[in-house]
Amino acid sequence: MARIETKTTSSPVGENTPRIDAREKVTGAVAYTDDLQFGNALLHARIKRSSHPHALIKKIDITKALSLPGVKAIVTGGDFPGYIGLYLQDRYIFCRDRVRYVGDPVAGVAAVSEEIAQKALDLIEVEYEILEPVLDPEFGVSPEAPVLHPDLGQYVVAGFIFPKPGTNISNHFKLRKGNVDSAWEKCAAVIERSYRIPHIQHVPLEPHIAIAKVGEMGDVTLWASSQSPFAQRNLIAQSLGLSQSEMRVISPAVGGGFGGKAGVSMESLAVAIAMKVKGHPVKLRLTREEEFYTAFVRQGLVAHFKMGCDNKGQLLAMENKFYWDGGAYTEYGVNIARAAGYSCTGPYEVPNVKGDSYCVYTNHPVGGPMRGFGMPEMHAGLEQCMDELALQIGMDAVEFRKINCLKTNSILATGGRIHPIGLLECIEKVSEAIGWGKKASPSAPNKRRGKGVAAMWKAPAMPPNAGSSAWVELAEDGKVNVGIGGQDLGQGSFTISAQMAAATLGVPYEWVHVAAPVDTRYSPYEWQTVASRLTWSMGNAIVNAAKDVRRQILDLVAEAWEESPDELDIVNGVVVSYKSEKETPLKNLVIYGLPNPDGKGWKGGPIIGRGSFMPNDVTGLDSETGQGEHGVVHYTTGAQAIELEVDLDTGRIEIIKGVAAFDVGKAINPDMVKAQMEGGMVQGLSSALFEHLKLKDGFVQNPSFVDYRIATSTDTPKEMQSIIVEVPQDDGPWGARGIGEHSMVPTLPAIANAIYDAIGLRFDGPPFTAEKVYLAMLDAGIVKGAQ
Amino acid sequence: MAFHKINVTINNELEQVVVPSNMTLMAMLRESLAMTGTKNGCSAGECGACTVLLNGEPVNSCMILAVECDGASIVTVEGLAEEKQLAPIQEAIIHQGGVQCGFCTPGVLLSSFALLKRNPNPSENEIREALVGNLCRCTGYVRIIESVKEASRIQSAMVT
Repeated sequence: MARIETKTTSSPVGENTPRIDAREKVTGAVAYTDDLQFGNALLHARIKRSSHPHALIKKIDITKALSLPGVKAIVTGGDFPGYIGLYLQDRYIFCRDRVRYVGDPVAGVAAVSEEIAQKALDLIEVEYEILEPVLDPEFGVSPEAPVLHPDLGQYVVAGFIFPKPGTNISNHFKLRKGNVDSAWEKCAAVIERSYRIPHIQHVPLEPHIAIAKVGEMGDVTLWASSQSPFAQRNLIAQSLGLSQSEMRVISPAVGGGFGGKAGVSMESLAVAIAMKVKGHPVKLRLTREEEFYTAFVRQGLVAHFKMGCDNKGQLLAMENKFYWDGGAYTEYGVNIARAAGYSCTGPYEVPNVKGDSYCVYTNHPVGGPMRGFGMPEMHAGLEQCMDELALQIGMDAVEFRKINCLKTNSILATGGRIHPIGLLECIEKVSEAIGWGKKASPSAPNKRRGKGVAAMWKAPAMPPNAGSSAWVELAEDGKVNVGIGGQDLGQGSFTISAQMAAATLGVPYEWVHVAAPVDTRYSPYEWQTVASRLTWSMGNAIVNAAKDVRRQILDLVAEAWEESPDELDIVNGVVVSYKSEKETPLKNLVIYGLPNPDGKGWKGGPIIGRGSFMPNDVTGLDSETGQGEHGVVHYTTGAQAIELEVDLDTGRIEIIKGVAAFDVGKAINPDMVKAQMEGGMVQGLSSALFEHLKLKDGFVQNPSFVDYRIATSTDTPKEMQSIIVEVPQDDGPWGARGIGEHSMVPTLPAIANAIYDAIGLRFDGPPFTAEKVYLAMLDAGIVKGAQ
Repeated sequence: MAFHKINVTINNELEQVVVPSNMTLMAMLRESLAMTGTKNGCSAGECGACTVLLNGEPVNSCMILAVECDGASIVTVEGLAEEKQLAPIQEAIIHQGGVQCGFCTPGVLLSSFALLKRNPNPSENEIREALVGNLCRCTGYVRIIESVKEASRIQSAMVT
């Protein structure tokens, strides 16, 4: 008995088509990188890492380790002189003269087993000269701080990043609009607040893993759990002095990314080691402990906000300063500082703005892209300030946001105007759904109940020319294969790719396969699977490729039938003529073409379509003022509302209800959009209540699931509601824009605002653990404690 | 390092495997038998990605030695479906949209399967408690919880 209906979905865009890869995932059949079988030639790698946050490397002795039976090769930084980096080339593959964080790779071992490779690490002797570390970004920008990258001025850097050589500032984004200094006296209320947002980690269930093999001719193959096969090819090839076409990257299924598997982190280590053992595949997989701090982490932030409004609640000025704890290398993190810089007002219209966003080198783990790319960290404080400012002028927090939020054509802090957006609708809908203004009674005498709201915005943070491409071909059975370079990390990009191709072409969704795994040898180029950009950017490329196929098919049939292509259509995989009512299934013509009517020869041939998409109109932002006509491609906006209870006996927070509304333009698969909203809200609440990479003297104190708690099935809100708002994006496929990251952004401040509503307390930073909340209630006299 | 020949029934098939003393059940499945459906998320018994059933009980296979399984019966994710017919919990999780990256999914399916065996009509709280040892970073758990409820309904319908 088949319990799931098998049907064909004719107009799949906007439908909740089932995941294209669900069956192979639930049977354990889908292959992740560690599931690939390589046979006995496989070698195993382990990395010798720095045990100091900042030190010079005086000497490395690998002789004892090399003589351990089973060890095949050991590499160090001496073997690899090239820099590597995405926006700023500031790191080596293996450290050469110095180490800059606890965990920095110093040597790599390839051996016949992981056990032997691990033993070899203990036999590698490294002599360090310890240097003073920088453990705080505000200290890092002070003149007293040691300069961690003395060569900053020589690093290759993207044109929109502005490092300050001779300092620890690897990027300073400035926003100057209007006149902030003269605006304060016009304000009826001004507040100043500071927040410390700690480091957290992505915690994908599948840790980072890379397998590299270098052939006799020096050609490289890299298998990696990767969001960015093409970027990895580009960056690693460049660093090793290879041509991009000499390197091939294959990414099997990815067990969660959240940004951590973008760019290059540990993948270059596997390739470097493999160069010493030509012909052998070399597997490097991170332990969970290593996953916590040796790939990417989410940067810490010290944020200072000053904002003021008039007595009608209109925001007049904001002066915001962000010091990003970027870590040892900020080759990726520099753009996070930039994105926060141009977004520093939050989703509000503010006429006078002074924003400074500094990416600062510290001797901490490497900060990199994590879901939200600076937006969760920034909104964490900003959305609390909005509540506090509203309170000061005696205005309701939702009313305050409705007055100030961006609406279609509002002027942006960077100049220019925003495209049509549904932010106001999102704020209204979540407020209504949470019962804003109505106080619900606590569930027990020892609980306090509160509600909070927060809004957000985010643009895809990427270079102005980040491109996508796609190809579409068909088989003899008329079914479709779509080639893409974007990855499915679980968000469902493969599924919606099939939906969009099917809808454009005129075939059922069930006829479309996605050519996975992504393999740079056969898959078309995709910049990276980040920035919530695939639905919009890759979607446009897929539509173009499918349109190309459709045109070829209709032109061919039109010629054969002596009709105009305008009178033809493809419906459910059949070419039909509205004029003559003739029909022919696709399978009759997509490989072998059609015979000429006179029987002499054939026309057509194998149908293959291509499409590509790249933004053309991003103008850049002035380095002194941050102003520009069209600084980003678009924004996704939204809001969340939270109802929670605080337990007076324990300090524990329980989320009763969470409501989210995001303007996604067009939900290609509404159920999957909601799934992103749910997953993001829970990841957001996890960061609000539990998560904190505890750094002490440069060491992560809690790199394990025992001491770094993430949300479990018992922490999910009792009730979650996800609302889709659709104000179309004019250049998006069917009007779509992204959602993957945004759902995590407003959760923390919404929770903080709800805690304030419940018990009247705020904190200078998350997580709002039971211990922290309880002790704060004790200090404030809200509870008496043990007598 | 000593080696041991053990007899273990996996998904109703008797296997004879030679394993070193220190090999975990997870490593035996993934490496000796190339049964890679069982996933390695932490090797520390914390995340539940390696969950299998050992004599009907859900265990973290990374915390069980292979030698302990001599004479035991193991069920892995590969054993849930019968021929082409997926188990109710597998159908339900697809239907509810409870699969995203899929890495936690095998462990979640086995914990849920074991729950429904011992408690065919669990309450929402009982479902949450049973799954507390299976970490998921993608879904936020809601649809996983709904999947268990749906599987419970499907199984009740089958019995009556």
